[in-house]
Amino acid sequence: MKPATVLNIVVVAVLLMAPYWLNPYWVDVLNSIGLYAVLALSLNIILGYAGLFHMGHAAFFAMGTYTTAILNTQFGIPVLWLLPLSGLAAGAFAMIVARPIIHLRGDYLLIVTIGIVEIVRIALVNNVFGITGGANGIFGISRPHLFGHVIRTPHEFYYLIFAFAAATVLLFVRLENSRFGRALNYIREDDTAAEGSGIDTAHYKLVAFVLGAFWAGMAGNIFAAKMTIVSPESFTFWESVVMFTIVILGGSGNIRGVLLGAFLIIGLPEVFREFAGARMLFFGAAMVVMMIFRPKGILPPRARTYCLDFLPETPKGIGR
Amino acid sequence: MLLRVENLTVKYGNVEVLHGLNLHVAKGEIVTILGANGAGKSTTLMTISGLVRSSSGGIFFHDRPLHQLEAHGIVGLGVAQVPEGRRVFTTLSVRENLHLGAFTQTDPALIRRNLDWVYEMFPILRTRRSQLAGTLSGGEQQMLAIGRGLMANPKILLLDEPSLGLAPILVKSIFSTIREINKSGVTIVLVEQNARLALKLADRGYVLETGRIVLEDTAKGLLADPEVRTAYLGGV
Repeated sequence: MKPATVLNIVVVAVLLMAPYWLNPYWVDVLNSIGLYAVLALSLNIILGYAGLFHMGHAAFFAMGTYTTAILNTQFGIPVLWLLPLSGLAAGAFAMIVARPIIHLRGDYLLIVTIGIVEIVRIALVNNVFGITGGANGIFGISRPHLFGHVIRTPHEFYYLIFAFAAATVLLFVRLENSRFGRALNYIREDDTAAEGSGIDTAHYKLVAFVLGAFWAGMAGNIFAAKMTIVSPESFTFWESVVMFTIVILGGSGNIRGVLLGAFLIIGLPEVFREFAGARMLFFGAAMVVMMIFRPKGILPPRARTYCLDFLPETPKGIGR
Repeated sequence: MLLRVENLTVKYGNVEVLHGLNLHVAKGEIVTILGANGAGKSTTLMTISGLVRSSSGGIFFHDRPLHQLEAHGIVGLGVAQVPEGRRVFTTLSVRENLHLGAFTQTDPALIRRNLDWVYEMFPILRTRRSQLAGTLSGGEQQMLAIGRGLMANPKILLLDEPSLGLAPILVKSIFSTIREINKSGVTIVLVEQNARLALKLADRGYVLETGRIVLEDTAKGLLADPEVRTAYLGGV
C-alpha cells in the first residue's frame, strides 16, 4: 500500500473512533470543523480550482440555512428532505448573482462578492419579505430524523456531518479528475489561453459558482438542523473570511490541504482557549509566518497529472 | 473563400484601432500580415479568433459569421490561434498541454492521430512529453504552443509572431515546420515582425499600417515592392 493510502485509512479510522473518547464539547468542536470543512471544500471549487476570488460564500451558506429554517418552521417539512432543496435555492441564487459578475477578475470580483454577502446579511436583518425573522432570526427548527431515529446529541450529529463530509470528499475527488475539473484548472492557469483552446470559460466559471453554492446550501441545511436557531449574525463577512482563509491557508486546490486547513483554523483556537485574549494574536502571527514561508498553503496542490490512458502512447522508437 | 474579413472595425474602449479592414484567405494558402508595432496585426488575429470583439463589420469562415460567436465556439469550427508569447500552461506537462488543445475534440482516435502528428512534426516534444511546460526553452514552448493549436484539428491556424524572442536557427526550423503543416492541408495566417522570413514563406501578404491595409499583393510582389523594402525589409 502506498503511504498516502495508509494515511487516509488511519485518518478515517481515527475520525470514526474519535467520539468514543471525546466529551460532547470536543465532539461539537469536531462537528464545527466538519461543517467548515464541507463549506471550505465547496468554496475550493470556486477559489481553488477555478481561481475566482470569491469572498462571499457565507451568502450561499445563508441561503441554504434560511431555506431550511423557513420551510421547516412554516410548513413542517422534515429537515433532511430539505437538504437538496436548500442546495438548489443557494445554487439558483448563485446563478442569478454570479451571471452578471462572472467576467470580473481578481480583486474586482472579490469586492463584488463581499458586497453580495453584506446585502444578504442586511436583507436578513431587515426581515425581508417578512419571512426571515429579522435580527432575532428563526428558532424552533426541528431535529432531523434518519430512519426513524432522531439526531439530537453532538455524537449523533458527528456521524451525520462526517458522512456528509466524506461523501463530499469522494465526489470532489472525482470532480477534480473530470473534464470539468480539468477545464477549471486550465481557466485558473490562464483563462485567455483556455478560451483560445476552445474552453467555454464563462460557462465553466458559472457552473463552478453554482456547484460551490449548491454545496454550501446543503451545508447550511445541516447547520440549521444542528443549531435549531438561525440568525443573521452567523453569516457575517467574517464567516466568508474564515472559509476563504481555510482554503488559502490549507492549500487552495488541494482537498487534503483544505481539510487540514479546517482543522487548524477552526480547531486550534479551541485548543488554545486557555490563552484567552492572546490566542487570536498567536493565530494571526501564525498566519503571517505561514504566508511568508508557504505562500501556496500548507499543502499546495501537486502539479496535475491527468489520467490520459485513453490516449495510448505511440510505440517506442519513433522520434525518441 | 475559406476566410473573409469585411469592413472590420475594432475599438478598445473609445479608441478605434482597426478602421474597416478587408482581407480574405483561400483554402491551402499561407497569408501573412505585416506591419509595425501597434499597426493592429495581433488585434486582427484576436478578433478573428473571438478573443477580442469587433464593433462592426464581419468575419466569415466558410460563410459562417465568426463575429457572432464566442472564442471557444470558433475553435470548435476549426479556427485555432497560437497566441503571441506562447502562453503554454507552465505548470502542466507537455502531454497535458497538448491534450488541452484537443478539448473541443471528442473522438479519441482522432486525438491520438493528431498527437502522433504533432510528435512527428516536433520530435523534441515527444522526448519532453512528461516534462512541465515551464521547464522548456522558449523555442520548445513555441513548438508546444503550435502543437497545442494543431491538436484542435484546425482547418485554419492563426500564428501570432512565432519568431518572437527565438534564436535565428530555431526560427528557421519553426518556419520550415509551418510550411510542412501547410502542406498537410492546414491554411495558415501568419502575423510577423520578421517581414523577410514571413514573405519567403507566404503565398500572399497584407501590409497593415495604423489599422488600415495599405498594400496587398503576392509575397513575391511585396518582396520586390520598393516601399515594402524600405519600410520593412531594411532598405536594400
